[in-house]
Amino acid sequence: MLGLEKKDFTLLLIVTMMVIVAPFVLNPFPEGTAMAQMFNAGYPDLMQRFAIFGILVIGFNILFGLTGYLSFGHAAFLGAGSYAAVWMFKLLGYDIIPAILLSIAVSGLFSLAVGYVSLRRSGIYFSILTLALAQMMFNMAYSVLGNPSSSYNLTNGETGLQVYNSDPQVLLGATDPNFPHLFGLSMRSETHLLVGNWDFTLNAGYYLSGLFLLLAFYISIRIFRSPFGLMLRAVKSNQERLNYTGLNTRPYTLMAFVISGMYAGLAGGLLACMDPLAGAERMHWTASGEIVIMSILGGIGTLIGPILGAGFNEYFKNILSKINDSVLHEWLSFLPDGFEDIMVTLIHPFVGKGWHLTLGLLFMMVIIFLPGGLVEGGQRIGKLFNRKKADAPSDETPAE
Amino acid sequence: MDAIILQILNGLDKGSAYALIALGLTLIFGTLGVVNFAHGALFVIGAFCAVTLNRIFSISFATTDPTKVDFLGNPATIKTTYLEHWFGAGPAAWMTDWSVPLAILLAIPIMLLVGVIMERGLIKHFYKRPHADQILVTFGLAIVLQEIIKFFYGANPIQTAPPDVFIGTMDLGIWLGFEANAIAYPYWRMVYFLFSTVIIGGVFAFLQFTTFGMVVRAGMADRETVGLLGIDIDKRFTITFAIAATVAGLAGVMYTPITPPTYDIGVELLVLSFVVVVVGGMGSLPGAVLAGFLLGIVESFASMNEVKNILPGIDQIIVYLMAIIVILVRPRGLMGRKGVMED
Repeated sequence: MLGLEKKDFTLLLIVTMMVIVAPFVLNPFPEGTAMAQMFNAGYPDLMQRFAIFGILVIGFNILFGLTGYLSFGHAAFLGAGSYAAVWMFKLLGYDIIPAILLSIAVSGLFSLAVGYVSLRRSGIYFSILTLALAQMMFNMAYSVLGNPSSSYNLTNGETGLQVYNSDPQVLLGATDPNFPHLFGLSMRSETHLLVGNWDFTLNAGYYLSGLFLLLAFYISIRIFRSPFGLMLRAVKSNQERLNYTGLNTRPYTLMAFVISGMYAGLAGGLLACMDPLAGAERMHWTASGEIVIMSILGGIGTLIGPILGAGFNEYFKNILSKINDSVLHEWLSFLPDGFEDIMVTLIHPFVGKGWHLTLGLLFMMVIIFLPGGLVEGGQRIGKLFNRKKADAPSDETPAE
Repeated sequence: MDAIILQILNGLDKGSAYALIALGLTLIFGTLGVVNFAHGALFVIGAFCAVTLNRIFSISFATTDPTKVDFLGNPATIKTTYLEHWFGAGPAAWMTDWSVPLAILLAIPIMLLVGVIMERGLIKHFYKRPHADQILVTFGLAIVLQEIIKFFYGANPIQTAPPDVFIGTMDLGIWLGFEANAIAYPYWRMVYFLFSTVIIGGVFAFLQFTTFGMVVRAGMADRETVGLLGIDIDKRFTITFAIAATVAGLAGVMYTPITPPTYDIGVELLVLSFVVVVVGGMGSLPGAVLAGFLLGIVESFASMNEVKNILPGIDQIIVYLMAIIVILVRPRGLMGRKGVMED
């Protein structure tokens, strides 16, 4: 189906189902309970981030997972995409189609330039070069092109770029909603489904992001299974040998770099569609580091890994930052009094404002003990259960 | 002319910081073949050694003095620092005043220990893993170290004063035959520059003139052969790592009076130091030092108002532009050797 093998098509179907039912599955607790406050993730803001960061990491995985080139500057393309989209809102109006098209194009151009320079070297050099170039783009956005008093204020610096009433918005119709929209359907519009005590929110922005996620996922499967994808894998396993056979690998790696840059641009454009605001902090190199963390958490070089990694990271970031001391006391109230206080003091540094620490530690643990991320973890558990069965050769080999 | 000299001097102190960090990074590359993304965090640990010593010096205990009363009529409480209690008022005041230089004595053992623990405990296990894994695990470590510091010291910059003698500026203009106040340069920055030259000179002398250094250099050139000769090269590389960590830490200690340290100061410095390493040429120690000072000076020239009027904002990106040009023209950097990090 759709030019996919059966296994891949099943995977695509699973992801499609995940996207459709996410607003329900992620809201397992009835409204108004303490558990809902803490663990429900089925609200539009967060689900949009799941989908959008899923797109971003799928793109990153095409570069890092297939070619092994570790870019530490992908957040810059995300930011460039956001700026491009907001500029479209400012100039043309709130239609998202030109915004997304331009954000993909702009990020593609930027990644072409960055890739041209940094792909001259490989390995560590490449990582450092992308890091430096992305940091340069961050500085450009943050201060050089963002000085509100200068005549070429493209990014509005620290304040961030946003849409003002005085902007031209030449295509803005009288009936158009005052928010990014697709053919008049505002990204903010949502339907509430009330089932018993449960309140499920179906949000237009989320489903649009989900649609793009599926599209991105489909393209990524096609790339993984194409001769081009095979070539990229060859680059990863032994670039020297490819060079000795008289093959110039740089066009292939550059292509992969640009594709993943365009994915990042799409994600940036979508972020701006959900909230028409673009800031430079999105481009900082620590944000690039977070993209790397997400892809490692999920599982590098696998198809489903990026989506899992992005979801996992966003979800736990969200929960961990919500837990505070009073919540901890509530949870641990079954313990003896003194012991409870000790436990709360011990856990305190890792939650609330300290969620960075937990994710950093988790990330290190994954790198050290589980280089394949969640996907490898799942496979190991799967093997544990399958061991008793006959030694049928499993075709569950990872897509490397 | 005096403006040019002033900009060169201004570039020197920043350049010293870049050079010190890049030197440590290169030392680790060259010996262990690992890119240490946690090097910025080591700089921060050093900086917070200075902050910690300052705080230790001000730990005090309260005594009540029954002969005096405060304005409410209660017996007055007098806070005495332990330092004063133990050493007397004069030495205590001197030690508090000189807390930043004294922090070097605290930082050296701490940084050596941190370095050894990092290498033996974590990085050792990553020699056989891909470079990407090494980068990622040190990146994770950098986050963790940074967050630990944030937990103990908060997110706000912490002012730490240099010794009183070094507060203020020195008038270099008169010495060099210009008018008075033409070249005013803060004393502490001069101290920082001299300090960094001493450290850099020390590291080079250590590598060049001691047997230990000779073995390390031999190991950098051909690790396997040195190992076959029956020398425990791993142990020496561990010590080299600890030395590199100490260099970064000391750079941090002395930098505190110039920029009040925050927990994330290392993040920005790290990127610039990587650029320095790339420009200097990976694996080349003289290259790292040269590029450090060069980029510091270039950056300070770019931040002159005369330059900024022509090219606004150039000071923010000049370092990266230099890196791009160097990579395009000389892919191995200014003094890079063949075959380093090229697999």
